[in-house]
Amino acid sequence: MFGFLLKRVSVIIPTFIGVTLLTFSLIRLIPGDPVELMAGERGVDPVRHARLLAEMGLDKPLLVQYWHYLTGIFHGDLGISVVTREPVIREFYTLFPATLELSFCAIVIAIVVGLPAGIIAAVRRGKGTDYTVMGLSLTGYSMPIFWWGLLLILLFSVTLGWTPVSGRISATYWVDEVTGFMLIDTLLSDEAGAFLSALHHLILPSIVLATIPLAVIARMTRSAMLEVLLEDYVLVARAKGLAMPLVVCVHALRNALIPVITVIGLQVGVLLAGAILTETIFSWPGIGKWLLDSIRRRDYPSVQGGILLVSCIVIFVNLTVDIFYGVVNPRIRHQR
Amino acid sequence: MNEQLLTATPDDALSAPGPWREFWDYFSANRGALIGAGFILLVLLAALFANLLTPHSPYEQYRDAILTPPSWQEGGLWRFPLGTDEVGRDILTRLIFGGRMSLFIGMMVVCLSLLLGTLIGLSAGYARGMTDSLIMRAMDIIMALPSLLLALAIVTILGPGLINAAIAIAITYLPHYVRITRASVIAESSKDYVTASRVSGAGVLRLVFITILPNCMAPLIVQASLGFSNAILDAAALGFIGLGAQPPTPEWGSMLSNALEFIQRAWWVVTFPGLMILTTVLAFNLMGDGLRDALDPKMKL
Repeated sequence: MFGFLLKRVSVIIPTFIGVTLLTFSLIRLIPGDPVELMAGERGVDPVRHARLLAEMGLDKPLLVQYWHYLTGIFHGDLGISVVTREPVIREFYTLFPATLELSFCAIVIAIVVGLPAGIIAAVRRGKGTDYTVMGLSLTGYSMPIFWWGLLLILLFSVTLGWTPVSGRISATYWVDEVTGFMLIDTLLSDEAGAFLSALHHLILPSIVLATIPLAVIARMTRSAMLEVLLEDYVLVARAKGLAMPLVVCVHALRNALIPVITVIGLQVGVLLAGAILTETIFSWPGIGKWLLDSIRRRDYPSVQGGILLVSCIVIFVNLTVDIFYGVVNPRIRHQR
Repeated sequence: MNEQLLTATPDDALSAPGPWREFWDYFSANRGALIGAGFILLVLLAALFANLLTPHSPYEQYRDAILTPPSWQEGGLWRFPLGTDEVGRDILTRLIFGGRMSLFIGMMVVCLSLLLGTLIGLSAGYARGMTDSLIMRAMDIIMALPSLLLALAIVTILGPGLINAAIAIAITYLPHYVRITRASVIAESSKDYVTASRVSGAGVLRLVFITILPNCMAPLIVQASLGFSNAILDAAALGFIGLGAQPPTPEWGSMLSNALEFIQRAWWVVTFPGLMILTTVLAFNLMGDGLRDALDPKMKL
């Protein structure tokens, strides 16, 4: 087990270094050096330009610069935002709970709907239900989610007036930030109705963000289930006279879940990429919107730091899923 | 007796169908795949003959007919079947011309990533050792980043625009092709026909491109078809956030980029471009599934 852990962890080291190389070169590949970018249209005189470059350590050899960058990362120093003059890591830290809350709700919706849908489709293979579920999931998989969000706003916010268009909570409430998660903070505060307002704001963006993971989970559950349902032990269980729902939920599902869990883990990347689009449409103050705004404002230290942190999260989650997979499935662990 | 045997033509019903015939039989049995292929053909023809299909130009602004609703609604005009946008351009015309952009970007992304990916995959699979490890670690890094995020990073470096967006998307999908090619090359290399060819003195280039490559094509074709749909979807997303095709280019994604402003008064500006993206992507996915089943039943999920 220890050997397996060590092997898995060692694989991500080159990946991590590669990602830091990528974000390091990002800021140097953009036309114009950082000083010129900060100065903008005004420009700087050559003397000041050279002094600023030296101050930021940009006159040193690339390898030395990279070393400084790397050691900075391990000290939690990701640079300072050009626009707000705040450390990038602090900005990320304040905005991340909003994205986490949204992604968490989305993945819960995707699992709660996608898993049963996939199971039902597998059990009723070749019937109308199966075709409907598969058709819907292929549609969900092909969905441009930014448009899907606009459509839902058009229907539920503009036409029916049921849900708000943007933000995390209506402006009439003032909630102290304790955890950064609006649903928890509103419950902790004594503002009546604040929790419902937060929930109202969360529902549409969560559905939008859940769409693609839901489709993927439903498809994967169906195919894993179909495979398992053909196994002998399912036949035995049926032959012993157990009811079909019991066989499906107890015997088959446990074995079908292994590949499904992997797929759920892989959705983290999809969620974080989807958050860029979803947060932009719903003006959700999370890291997706922040990243895009930073690109538009040419705040490259923020872009650099944001991309690095998001990639690290994805790498870390994939590693966790990998290890978990090894724990539940000994065949993987002992593979040579 | 003997003569009769020699001249007898095999019964048509008993003869094995040719590879194309077999492919078509499988493919056409899949109704979804046929519908998908048909729709793609329709979009392709519309894109090719866009100038003949519509009397308007995608850039012409009819200032007297700003935000005209679709023709079946009250206030709609028959000149603009699907209405006009915020500066009075005909939406149907822009949708037809937008098909050109989406198919072009899909084509460019697939060609780029297929060509590069196959080359890199071939060299990794054939050379093995250090080259292989280096290439595969680089691919791992690309795979570790969500595709839209990596595309954003690359577009930030290259600057916004349709071609740059295509390059960025092509890079993000490179690992899929590299991995598929590498895996098939490794699997094929150990087979007897490759050894035979090598023993008879075939050079590296002949071995790789003429002996091995044709036998790795099936999964690559399937991946290319599915890659088309991903490319269209990602290009539209980049256009939507303003980093892909730049206005006034008629591209489906960028047509939606300021649609949020008009959502209260002009539903048609919001609805139709997205519908085109969805149906086209769906069509490519349906066709890709059909291709997968027809080319290699074993690959079926």
